[in-house]
Amino acid sequence: MSGVPLGYLSASGDRAAAVVPLTWYMIVVSCAVSLIILALLVAGVVRRRIRDHSTQVNTVEVTRSGQGMRWIVIGLLVSAVPLAVSLIWTMTALAAVVGPPNKSALVVDITAHQWWWQIDYNGKSPSQHFTTANELHVPVGRKVLVRLHSGDVIHSFWVPRLTGKTDVIPGQTNLSWLKADRPGTYFGHCAEYCGMEHARMGFRVIAQPEAQFRAWRARQLQPAAHPASALATRGHALFHYRCSLCHTVRGTNAASRMGPDLTHLMSRRTLAAGMLPNNRGALAGWVDNPQASKPGAHMPNQHLTGPQLQQVVAYLETLQ
Amino acid sequence: MTASATRTPEIGENTVELRARLHAIWQTEPGFKEFFTTVDHKEIGLRYIVTAFVLLALGGLEALVIRLQLAGPDLHVLTPEQYDQFFSMHGMTMIFLYASPILSGFSNYLWPLLLGSRDMAFPRLNAFSYWVYLAAALFLYVGFLTGNGPNDGWFNYVPYAQKQYNAGLNQDFYSLGMILLGISTSVGAANFIVTAFKMRAPGMSINRLPVFIWGTLTASVANLLVVPAVSLAFFLLWLDRQFGTSFFQTSGGGQPLLWQHLFWLFGHPWVYAIVLPAMGMVSDGLPIFCRRPLVGYSLVALSTVATMILGFGVWVHHMFATGLPALSLSFFSGASIIITFPSAVAVFAWLATIWTGRPVVTTAFLYFASMIVLFVIGGVSGFMTASVPVDWQLTDTYFVVAHIHYVLIGINVFPVVGATYMWLPKMTGRLLDETLGKWGFWTMFAGFNIGFLPMHLTGLFGMPRRIWTYSAGMGWSTLNLITSIGSFVFAFGVLIFFLNVWKSLRTGAVADADPWGGPTLEWAIPSPPAPYNFAVIPTVASRHPLWEGQLDESRTRSTLEQGMVLDCGKETLTTTPLDAIPERIVPMPKDTWAPLLLALAISVFFVSLLIQSWPLIALGTFWITAALIFWLWPRRSLLERPAAAEDRMAHG
Amino acid sequence: MAEPVLAKARDIAWGPIGRKGLGQWGVATLIASEAALFAYLLFAYYYTGASALPGWLLEPRPKLFPSLPNTVLLVASSFAAMYGEKKVEAGDRKGGLLGLGGAFIMGTGFALVQLHEWSTKHYGIGTSSYGSLYFVTTGFHMAHVIVGLAILAALLLWTALGDFSPRRRIGLSAGVLYWHFVDIVWLFVFTTYYLTPYLGFAR
Repeated sequence: MSGVPLGYLSASGDRAAAVVPLTWYMIVVSCAVSLIILALLVAGVVRRRIRDHSTQVNTVEVTRSGQGMRWIVIGLLVSAVPLAVSLIWTMTALAAVVGPPNKSALVVDITAHQWWWQIDYNGKSPSQHFTTANELHVPVGRKVLVRLHSGDVIHSFWVPRLTGKTDVIPGQTNLSWLKADRPGTYFGHCAEYCGMEHARMGFRVIAQPEAQFRAWRARQLQPAAHPASALATRGHALFHYRCSLCHTVRGTNAASRMGPDLTHLMSRRTLAAGMLPNNRGALAGWVDNPQASKPGAHMPNQHLTGPQLQQVVAYLETLQ
Repeated sequence: MTASATRTPEIGENTVELRARLHAIWQTEPGFKEFFTTVDHKEIGLRYIVTAFVLLALGGLEALVIRLQLAGPDLHVLTPEQYDQFFSMHGMTMIFLYASPILSGFSNYLWPLLLGSRDMAFPRLNAFSYWVYLAAALFLYVGFLTGNGPNDGWFNYVPYAQKQYNAGLNQDFYSLGMILLGISTSVGAANFIVTAFKMRAPGMSINRLPVFIWGTLTASVANLLVVPAVSLAFFLLWLDRQFGTSFFQTSGGGQPLLWQHLFWLFGHPWVYAIVLPAMGMVSDGLPIFCRRPLVGYSLVALSTVATMILGFGVWVHHMFATGLPALSLSFFSGASIIITFPSAVAVFAWLATIWTGRPVVTTAFLYFASMIVLFVIGGVSGFMTASVPVDWQLTDTYFVVAHIHYVLIGINVFPVVGATYMWLPKMTGRLLDETLGKWGFWTMFAGFNIGFLPMHLTGLFGMPRRIWTYSAGMGWSTLNLITSIGSFVFAFGVLIFFLNVWKSLRTGAVADADPWGGPTLEWAIPSPPAPYNFAVIPTVASRHPLWEGQLDESRTRSTLEQGMVLDCGKETLTTTPLDAIPERIVPMPKDTWAPLLLALAISVFFVSLLIQSWPLIALGTFWITAALIFWLWPRRSLLERPAAAEDRMAHG
Repeated sequence: MAEPVLAKARDIAWGPIGRKGLGQWGVATLIASEAALFAYLLFAYYYTGASALPGWLLEPRPKLFPSLPNTVLLVASSFAAMYGEKKVEAGDRKGGLLGLGGAFIMGTGFALVQLHEWSTKHYGIGTSSYGSLYFVTTGFHMAHVIVGLAILAALLLWTALGDFSPRRRIGLSAGVLYWHFVDIVWLFVFTTYYLTPYLGFAR
């Protein structure tokens, strides 16, 4: 299933795994039922039809023949078995996946925006708190409780290989949870239509061994380093002037929460909610002209000159 | 001054003189004025059918553009904004402007013929219902063509539909258009309900109704009760947008989920409302081509009603992922699984009818029989989404898109096309071409399954619905290309069907009264029927008035060539709701401008709400009031009643 | 041997008689649909109220004066309309006019008092979801009262013109039935907005 990053016929975590066998069972039953009915239909028509093609319908005599009611009785009895199994299995699977985990879980707040994901890790004190975007890092083997908030309209949080969907609804905090069995990168996507760029509202869940996760977390808690090169310093000034109206870089004066927190932008693998690879070319293209690649995104085109763009990109590249 | 308000109806034979007299009383002259004033259910039914098929074609073209955009990864046939309006318009058109009105069209045309009546209970309301439907369709399409089509999908969740996220007129067109359409649906539903209970031929007791009647009756009861929910939801949305109310706005203590409850309280029964009548078409159509009565009539009729009753209680299964408590999820999940049973009754009844009958494989039969398997595929995929934990993965992926297309195309379009092959000869007096019909069928059937069967897999591979594009690495490219190819093949099949209808109208073989040897009353009268339908009101002795001789199952026989003549003016008979015992002779309304005038008044009113012009709102209100008073003015003629013979002379 | 059955020719009604006829069925379906509409409006109130935070009720103890006497007035108007219908049935046109006129005046009185009640509210339609629900639900009812009054006015006119006779009066009966519906549905609206807070709903 590696060719289908959002496929859910196999799972990599408890919550999704509890449902996979039930899904397969239902697919098999559904296919079997469809094929049996198809076979009965075709056989019935082939065996019982009047073969002479020139027959006028209204010349064939009407009779009430055969024991038709048997079909209904037997059909319902036979159908009842897989239906009863489905019902019971559904209830047990539901019990296995429904509840939020106990308090030993890692708690993450995710706020869905048109069209990106804000991810907040809370610590015991405010200094232990940090914000990132579009990449949810989780320790392998630990349950993660996700509290879902909406910044605007309804979205839906979904990581097919780890957890089914939970809608993100303004005015209420829905809970989801997930647990990754093994390290890896798992795709997530918004699953409720939320406007023009619903198609480009992906995210990644990056499951890491506990030690790596802790290291990543410690890194994220650091404020941004001051730019060293002259180019990046000029970029920083430009950033302050042009970009800080919407973005935060911790350790600088840029502190707006309209757009993603960029403190450790370069530690992320993708840009624009999972849409672009995070490399210099894509970054420059995105900063200069986001509407070209993601029309409708709330980030306006920047109309920077070539040197200005170089400066800004140089600065952004310091946000390791 | 009142004369006797009762009369003993004259019993007579179906004679040439009687037919001529009735013709003079009932006919609508072809002409400019008559086009706008007719209240004949057959004319109105045909208008519904033609309009709904035009909208099917428009919705289909929108779908083809969508399929071009999705045929490969990262295509730019449409911008995201255009895509959003195309997919919303496609869904809205098919679900609201095609699927239900087409069934209203067939029901309008056929009901009085199946029931042995001369018209619907409220012919003027019938005309009004059509005009408002047309007005709503035009209203919504004017929005779309000016770039203001719905853009939030057919179920239009808030808050994305609110003004702060959706500033254009799109949602105002959609809200007001849906309320306007709701008026049409509601009065149509009321008309069907009263017609089913009151306008039946003597002897057609409730256990002798054709299943198609059961289907539309059940759907109409549902519509009458649930359409107000969606009309209200759209009205509250419009108030939120235009007048700063807080029904769905969290900032003012409103509830976005209230929209979803109101919408799906309506939306789920609505899905049954657009399939139950079509299932009824199959239940009545298959037996004709299998040359035996439907197996398990009573069970099928009961399961029709049971489906709808259960259908009222499963709306929450559209909202499984909204964070509801587990107990409520379990309840709605269980109910949604159990609703499979009444549907299974119909499937096995149809199969048994084929196995115990002698099928004659006509084009209509192919459409009806193939529907069984499409119905099952749409049913089992629905059964999968009924399971909450599975649904949390399936919902809002293309799996659900595949499911809804098997339901709507499989259980609505296929039976409707089959019904056209079967009943168009009754309407026009001309048969459709069987060879072209079979080519059309296989093209449609192949195209549909090529297009939509793989779409289940697209969904299982995780493609979210309503995304305007996708990238190559997601594993969906090949499947989407196949779906796009299939949808074009399917569209070609629909085109063959339309061409066949066109060909039939021009050069089709002439159909006699009963080309298929059908069992029910419509086959006892000429094709096309006379304006008065039945020269004498038939008396019915079984479910199959025209098959009694061949089946020879009871000692009694229906009487079709003798009965009440009711020729003292434009009259028909009403009977008691359960046993269909003659109760009342009712004078029927003549052609009138009132329905069109009222529909125009309401249209002006809705346009005035859209542009918020107070003078126009005042004009609309005054016009509506005047039109209603004109319509409802009591008929003084009823106060005095001339003797039957004098009246005859007056008309003679 | 099979026998044909044929509906017996006997003396049956011609057109509507009294309140019986297709019109009665038509109004019954209209009322069913409108009752559903009000049920959804009240559902919206209960759903929003049940999930709201404390303080949602802008009037935790709604004043029962003048709303309670006004409710009695509206219910009384139903009896007046019923009286008018009975009188027309008895062939007493003047009595009919008296009953219908009384219902019209009482209904108008109800509407005026309700308008006054609206003007005394310290919140508006846009204040919060409670304000929106209160004004739109009572506003929907007010719209029905106005339609009902227009119907009563038309019935008065038609009765005065002699368009109804004791047996030919389906329009009258249908109109009066609709007025009963307008009055009964108010009892549900009144109970919901004025009484349930005292029972503890959303407090």
